[in-house]
This record gives sequence, structure tokens and C-alpha cells, in this order.
Amino acid sequence: MSAALFETLLRLGDNTLVLGHRVSEWCGKAPVLEEDIALANTALDLIGQTQMWLSYAAEVEGAGRSADDLAMLRDVWDFRNILMVERPNLDFGHTMMRQFLFDAYHRALLSGLAGSGDPRVAEIAAKAVKEATYHLDRSAETVIALGDGTEVSHAKMQTALDLLWPYTGEMFHSDEADAEMVAAGVIPDPEGLRPAWMDTVTATMAEATLTLPDSNFAHKGGRTGKQHTEHLGHMLTQMQWLQRAYPDATW
Amino acid sequence: MAEPKRTGEWPLFEVFIRGQHGLSHRHVGSLHAPDAEMAVKNARDVYTRRNEGVSIWVVEAQAIHASAPGDKEALYDPSNDKVYRHPTFFDVPDEVGHM
Repeated sequence: MSAALFETLLRLGDNTLVLGHRVSEWCGKAPVLEEDIALANTALDLIGQTQMWLSYAAEVEGAGRSADDLAMLRDVWDFRNILMVERPNLDFGHTMMRQFLFDAYHRALLSGLAGSGDPRVAEIAAKAVKEATYHLDRSAETVIALGDGTEVSHAKMQTALDLLWPYTGEMFHSDEADAEMVAAGVIPDPEGLRPAWMDTVTATMAEATLTLPDSNFAHKGGRTGKQHTEHLGHMLTQMQWLQRAYPDATW
Repeated sequence: MAEPKRTGEWPLFEVFIRGQHGLSHRHVGSLHAPDAEMAVKNARDVYTRRNEGVSIWVVEAQAIHASAPGDKEALYDPSNDKVYRHPTFFDVPDEVGHM
């Protein structure tokens, strides 16, 4: 097994799993019916991508675990998602701002992965990038509408951006596993994705009349699993409850 | 008739979807959205989740002018007894098949 490839696939799949679950928490209680359905679609897209990443991860690991096992039977310290996606939804504005900041990164990342030297990775990314493109289209438009909206919506979006900004840096961090995968032509260099992301974010925030925080501080510890926030554990108790209470239950 | 006041609700849009190339757009339902662009996105999410469409039209419901249900008799009854308007008096040769 390639440990670096396994790690990389967990990072990809855990980002979409955790964010997908967070977004699904809006199901039935979004501000309007149309947003409710759109958010549920986004969540389903992300869970679908998770299925592909974690299935491949399980194969690469070769330890007899399935994608479901990886999703439902790992504990906090084994998750490799960035901290930003495990943050609670807070309000709708915060949810959409997080979605936008992630989507802009996700599209750039998946576009790069579509040209991966690993055919399975390239295949999954080529499918997922279409979904990410729509997600970005939608979240950017909502961020602009709310940022450049009423005084109240503007203030909420600025607060959300200020809160989330220190969590964006982790998207571009890398370690030895990344270096190995970059050298093998499997993934694009994480730091290399930053300029395109920054362009998208800068243009969108300008249109949304929002001010980018002037700070490079970045929380980290999610993608290495070293230090998740306290929120992930709470989320997993909900997400994994059924499999934990009724092991191997099927339906 | 006086225009109803905006209540802060988003305007209502009627949604038309073309199922496949060659067919015409069909009315599938309605939804609310802040503007037309968002209405297309909402329509994509609400009405094409199961691969129903290749093209979406939205139109603000208030832009649609409809016939009045009360005029039904005057408008539609007269065509009831004009059977000769249906092309049912021609013998279609078998070779033509289904028309």
C-alpha cells in the first residue's frame, strides 16, 4: 500500500464527507424551500464524491475495510479533513460563506486532479469538478447577494468572512505525503492552488462589498489529524450513531 | 386590477423545462427566487434532480397573461362540434405507418 496515496485520498474524502454532512444538517430547515433543496443537492453531491474517494482509499489500504467502514467507524483523530469544514453551520450566511471559500478551492483542486497521473484520481476528479463548478456558481452568487444586500445581511457576511478566514490557510498547507504525491504527479502542489483561489475570492468579495481580513494566520491540525476542533467529535456522534449503536446494520 | 403589494416575498417564477432535444419546453411548476438568474439555478435544483432536463426557461408569473376561466364557454365550446377540423376523414395508406 502507498501510505501517502492513502493519506491523500482520506484528505479528499474526509473534506467532502464532513462538509457534506454539515450541509445536510440544513435539510428541512433552510430559510426557504428552494435553498433547502439546493443545499440537500449539494450535500448529496459531496457525499457521492466521498463514496468515490473513500472506496479508492479502502482499496489502496488493502486492509479489508470498505468506504462505509472508513466513514462510519473511524474516530476523530483518524479524520483528515481541514478544520474549516467541521465548523458548525452557525447561520445561513456563515454556511454559504464557508461553502464559497471551500468551493473556490475545491474547483481549483479538482481541475488540477483531473490531470492526475493516477487514472482513478483523474477519473473521480473529472466527474466531481462539474459538481464543484455548479456549487461555486451558486455559493458565489449567494455570497454576493447577501454581502451586497441589506445592512443586516452585509454585517452577517462580513462576520462570517472574518470568522472563517483563519481557517482558509490550511487548504494550501502540505507535508511529506503531499510532497511525495506531487513528485509522483498524482496531485497538484497545494500552495500552487492559492493564486487562482485568491483571484476568485478577491473578485467575489469585491462584488459582495466585503473586506478581506488582513491576516495570514492559519489554524491547522485537521488535514494531519493532529488537532481537530471539538466540533468534529460532536458531529461524528450524530453521523456515526446508527453504526455505533447497531454495528453492521443494513437497510 | 391593482398590483398586489410586494410583501418581502421573492417573486414567483413559472418554470419550463425541455426534457430532451427536439421536444418543446413544458411547464413543470413554479418557485420563488430573488431574480431570474437565481430562478434558473433554483429550477435546476428543484426540477432537474432526476435528470429531467436539457434546458430551462423561467418567467416571472406576473408577466404571464392568461385566458379567464369565466370565458371558457365562449372560447372553447364553439370548436366542440367542428369535427371536420380534425384530419380524421383521410385514409392513411398502411405504408405510412403511425402518424
